[in-house]
Amino acid sequence: MEIETKKVILAVITLKPELVAGGGAPVFIAANREEQEKVAFYLSRIMDAMVHDLDNGVMVIVGH
Amino acid sequence: MDYHTGIVGGLIAGVLARIIMLRLDYRQYPTYPHDVITHIALGFIASLIGAVFIPALMLKEYTAVTFLAVAAEQFRNVRNMERETLSKLEENEIVPRGIDYVEGIARTFEARNYLTIFTALVVSGFIVWLGWIYATAVFVLILIIVCYLKTGKVVGDIAEVVLEQLYFDGPFLKISDIYLMNVGYPPDREKILAEGMGVLVKPKNDNGRAILHNLGQRQAIVHTAAALLGTKREVGEPEFTPLARKNIDTGEIGLFILPLEKDFECLRKVIERTPVLESASRKPLDSKAGRIAAD
Repeated sequence: MEIETKKVILAVITLKPELVAGGGAPVFIAANREEQEKVAFYLSRIMDAMVHDLDNGVMVIVGH
Repeated sequence: MDYHTGIVGGLIAGVLARIIMLRLDYRQYPTYPHDVITHIALGFIASLIGAVFIPALMLKEYTAVTFLAVAAEQFRNVRNMERETLSKLEENEIVPRGIDYVEGIARTFEARNYLTIFTALVVSGFIVWLGWIYATAVFVLILIIVCYLKTGKVVGDIAEVVLEQLYFDGPFLKISDIYLMNVGYPPDREKILAEGMGVLVKPKNDNGRAILHNLGQRQAIVHTAAALLGTKREVGEPEFTPLARKNIDTGEIGLFILPLEKDFECLRKVIERTPVLESASRKPLDSKAGRIAAD
């Protein structure tokens, strides 16, 4: 747990599609903050992963 | 001269010493009854080897003495055995011990077998040389030394533990300026603030700072805390992973845990009584350069 070497962005949930470009992870566009949080939570539980907030309207799901 | 009493006496002393050294405590492995039997059996063999050593020398059976070398090899395998078992169990540990802790435990088991040989050897020697009464006195003395050796340093000796508020700086979970992790899901943040506990482990001097710098030592602290207070960490919920992170400027460790029992006094005691791992032990203050750098 202490030494985390492999971290992968599994999904991106964004309110502002213009902030996200390219990359390997699927992008989910949410209409509002509430929906964004819900989608992020669902995805994190499905993927056994963690929700991280980039504080600019973009959330990422990261597998640890 | 009758060597049998010496051998039997040494044997009994060795096995007794092994049993005393095997005393279980809350964090001590083995907690499995079958392992206890394994170790007592090995302790029996170890004390037999120790007990026959002096009589063999006195009877000029020098080849017998070379068996001691074979025995040493045998007990090195004890270390491998313990390491393998613990490393395998580690995979299913939600908050792992960390390899440093496992290695420390394995090393202890090997060393305790040598102590058993030593005890049996000395006691049998004294029985042959001076008789029962002196041998008993020496046995008690050895036990006292062994008990003293057994209790190594604990984290409480090198650092103090103080309660500290966890807070969120945007999505960042922090404790006294130490960044712990980014929690994106607001309900998890609320849960962490409501039920989580944060403490600062402040090293007392530069030696303590160097010890807490070691990742294995921090993992051992986290493991002990999670083992005794419980943790809400679950498979697939990495948000609640207990963490220990260093303040890079001061060397203080910020520890975060979401315990089942939220009790600061308990957490403090648990952390203070976590052993300082041999592999983490460092003493920069023992060197001149370290002392100069300290002030």
